[in-house]
Amino acid sequence: MSETVKTYTKKDFTSDQAVRWCPGCGDYAILAQTQKVFPDLGVDKEKFVFISGIGCSSRFPYYMDTYGFHTIHGRAPAIASGVKLANPDLSVWVVTGDGDGLSIGGNHTIHLLRRNLDINVMLFNNRIYGLTKGQYSPTSEVGKITKSTPMGSLDRPFNPLTVALGAGSTFVSRTIDKELKHMQSMIKRSHAHKGTSFMEIYQNCNIFNDGAFSSQTDRDQKAETVLILENGQPMLFGNEMNKGVRLDGNKPVIVDIGDKWSVDDVLVHDESDYVIASILSNMSYQTDFPDPIGVLYAVESETYEETMVAQINEAIKKKPKGNVQEIINAGDTWVVK
Amino acid sequence: MGKITEQVDEVVIRFAGDSGDGMQLTGGRFTETTAIIGNDLSTLPDFPAEIRAPAGSLAGVSAFQIKFSSKDIHTPGDKPDVLVAMNPAALKVHQKEVAPGGTIICNANAFTLKNLKFAGYETNPLEDKTLDDYFTLYSVEMGKMVSLANEDLEISSKIIDRTKNFFALGLLFWIYDRPLESTKKWLGVKFAKKPEIVEANIRALDAGYNYGETTEIFTTRYKVDKADLPAGTYRNVVGNYALSMGLAAAAEKSKLGLFYGGYPITPASDILHTLSAWKHLGIKTFQAEDEIAGITSVLGAAFTGDLGITATSGPGIALKGEAMGLAVMAELPIVIINVQRGGPSTGLPTKTEQSDLMQAMYGRNGEAPVPVLASATPGDCFFAAYEACRIAVKYMTPVVLLTDGYLANGSEPWQVPKVDDLPDFDVSFADESNLADGQFLSYSRDKKTLARPWAIPGTPGLEHRIGGIETEDLTGNVSYDPDNHHYMVETRAKKVDAIANEIASSEIFGSKSGDLLILSWGGTKGACRSATEALKADGKKVGHLHLRWINPFPKDLGEKLIKFKNILIPEINYGQLIKLIRAEFLVDAQGLNQVRGKPISSADIQEASNKLIG
Repeated sequence: MSETVKTYTKKDFTSDQAVRWCPGCGDYAILAQTQKVFPDLGVDKEKFVFISGIGCSSRFPYYMDTYGFHTIHGRAPAIASGVKLANPDLSVWVVTGDGDGLSIGGNHTIHLLRRNLDINVMLFNNRIYGLTKGQYSPTSEVGKITKSTPMGSLDRPFNPLTVALGAGSTFVSRTIDKELKHMQSMIKRSHAHKGTSFMEIYQNCNIFNDGAFSSQTDRDQKAETVLILENGQPMLFGNEMNKGVRLDGNKPVIVDIGDKWSVDDVLVHDESDYVIASILSNMSYQTDFPDPIGVLYAVESETYEETMVAQINEAIKKKPKGNVQEIINAGDTWVVK
Repeated sequence: MGKITEQVDEVVIRFAGDSGDGMQLTGGRFTETTAIIGNDLSTLPDFPAEIRAPAGSLAGVSAFQIKFSSKDIHTPGDKPDVLVAMNPAALKVHQKEVAPGGTIICNANAFTLKNLKFAGYETNPLEDKTLDDYFTLYSVEMGKMVSLANEDLEISSKIIDRTKNFFALGLLFWIYDRPLESTKKWLGVKFAKKPEIVEANIRALDAGYNYGETTEIFTTRYKVDKADLPAGTYRNVVGNYALSMGLAAAAEKSKLGLFYGGYPITPASDILHTLSAWKHLGIKTFQAEDEIAGITSVLGAAFTGDLGITATSGPGIALKGEAMGLAVMAELPIVIINVQRGGPSTGLPTKTEQSDLMQAMYGRNGEAPVPVLASATPGDCFFAAYEACRIAVKYMTPVVLLTDGYLANGSEPWQVPKVDDLPDFDVSFADESNLADGQFLSYSRDKKTLARPWAIPGTPGLEHRIGGIETEDLTGNVSYDPDNHHYMVETRAKKVDAIANEIASSEIFGSKSGDLLILSWGGTKGACRSATEALKADGKKVGHLHLRWINPFPKDLGEKLIKFKNILIPEINYGQLIKLIRAEFLVDAQGLNQVRGKPISSADIQEASNKLIG
């Protein structure tokens, strides 16, 4: 990043286009937090690029006054990869949804994560197809009644964070559209991570799947249903912070802190521990467990673009001043007079 | 005994054997040597899709044909004068195509009962005299010879047996009076780490050569003089390699980074391999997770200011269609190369065809015109690739470049071009001087080319959004306005049409008017040219017009067409260019259509021509 970074305000990241999500959509909050946080990231504005696919979330780039490309369904991770490889100096963001990123574009998502390009993925998970007006998605619960599943959906959902971990992601996090401060910190963590960052955002679609996350966002319930992760801290939650996650062998169990168990018995979060991240990711959507939010997993690893540039530099070092004429002239040639 | 040397103008040789017999390599070495001694040549590799079909099976036969001549030639030849058959299956598959009176040289040791049965022979054709009336048959114990030549080497008999292709090569080098040095040198480099393999192959090569020299079976050697090619430095070049060099030259001249994204597919993969080996030129290659990611990564790179290239074959183009539409909408410069193969579906992966022209023209949703051009010869792939890149950037449009399996794997002597002499390729990215009253209009246009500005991320002040939703004229904002959509559809079409202002006018070889015009595109150029030459020699009023650009057509094409009473369009498809020509110019063109996975022969074109004009 250049050293003479300009100072910005939220306004500098707000485009002149009218935002066209449904009133009450969770996307508004995500857009607002992004615009709010971006001036603090220390990056020249012209270096930000937003790439999206198709879906409600994918309209996001139009509203950010940065470079942006609203592309085709599911392909944003591949397009973003091309952007990053053409200019590794850019700060590249992919905005996608549970349909765009996990269904039609699932292949590109897993391969981006596996390659570990320094790209930030924001996946808005509303557990429904909004833009096409309400069909079930790969994260919808079994039995969900939608227009395409009048007797209930048959598909078993998968969990975006489990998918990301399975694909070899080096950074996996989750936040919630209603948790504004938490979201801001997650956006900053995503940006700070070198390598592909994967951030799932629980996002309410108030038209086609209203209340999908109400138990995690309801003021009276959320302390009991959400586990806020802090690196190095015991996994405590509950109205009185009197519940904890304990490992019984390899199985997580919820314990009450008191006579039988103390805080010392509670699992301490370690962002670099893949096993802990796997356990946490699998706690989602289960009635017996709180949904973890925060950074589940973060490890440092070389990025794809670093190794690509290194290979090119090595090749140039071995064969400096290479040019095409040399290649054209190479091999067995003969002269006709 | 004395050996006679006979002077001939041209020879067609076909090497055929099992997939594991190394026929492509043998053909390649014969080609390089033939190039070095100055013959004109043209080659046609023909191999199965299976890497290793069962040994000795008909499905596993691999062949390589070369025509070489003291004259200027345009095709790899129709019927081989000489067939080298390394096993019964190779003989079975290829014998029927050998020219009457031609020569067949067989590896007798492979004609075992088992192999004969596998190939469907009830009796041994080397012994039952069924071939003797039509061909000169040489039955040579190649397997035995190489085993004797290498018996003191401490390597397995299996490895020794594999050198028999070099015995055949040595024998052919003797018959056609070609030096062995460059092949020996090549072996030394190729197997530098395995000196015993080098030694075994050199011994096999020498044994084959000496076999011709000393035995009394071969009484005649043939001499093919140097071809009278225009003065200059030449090399032999294979189509996919020439194409890769053309892309690299475009990047160098334009000073753009070259980003290649693609997914392996026959017969295009060699472009990925070749560019991947040129990292020292700063070329970035990205083997994507699928065909779609291949082209979309390229689109991302083009948005960011790289020269974006992807190459594939028909099935891959089908997958890339939606992204090509996005490139049309976003008006970004990328080049999509289709090395055509037999279709539909998986079709004939290793065989050539020209059946994706309509796909290139119309294979996208909505009105999505793209410029389409085609390479004519293996060496021409270089210039076509360069031109495709130059036009893509100049007009800010995706460009489709069509080649085919025959061009991709075929080779010819190639007068090496000077990169300095290639057409200018200047690029300028938009900067703050493009701001109008502080606003950047991402869909404003150059008056002549109708190209929009190329404003790449990282440029201060030009932050803007583009996308696949219809864009408003000038601002590039999302627009659902009916008149705007109509205007933008029209403008995108006009932009492609504008390219006709700078493409070369159509040149006719032969008669400029008269009884018949042979109209071709792509890899059929050589066969059409040869046929035209032959027809002219017969006193026919025939012309040949070859199209480099199919979209747009050259501006003067219509007026050229109407000067002929008949138009014949030979294509390796079921009639595609002919539909475009008939629709555009309302002329009663006739087609010659063959879809056999092989080039159309000039003999067939002559025959079809004679039928038309009597």
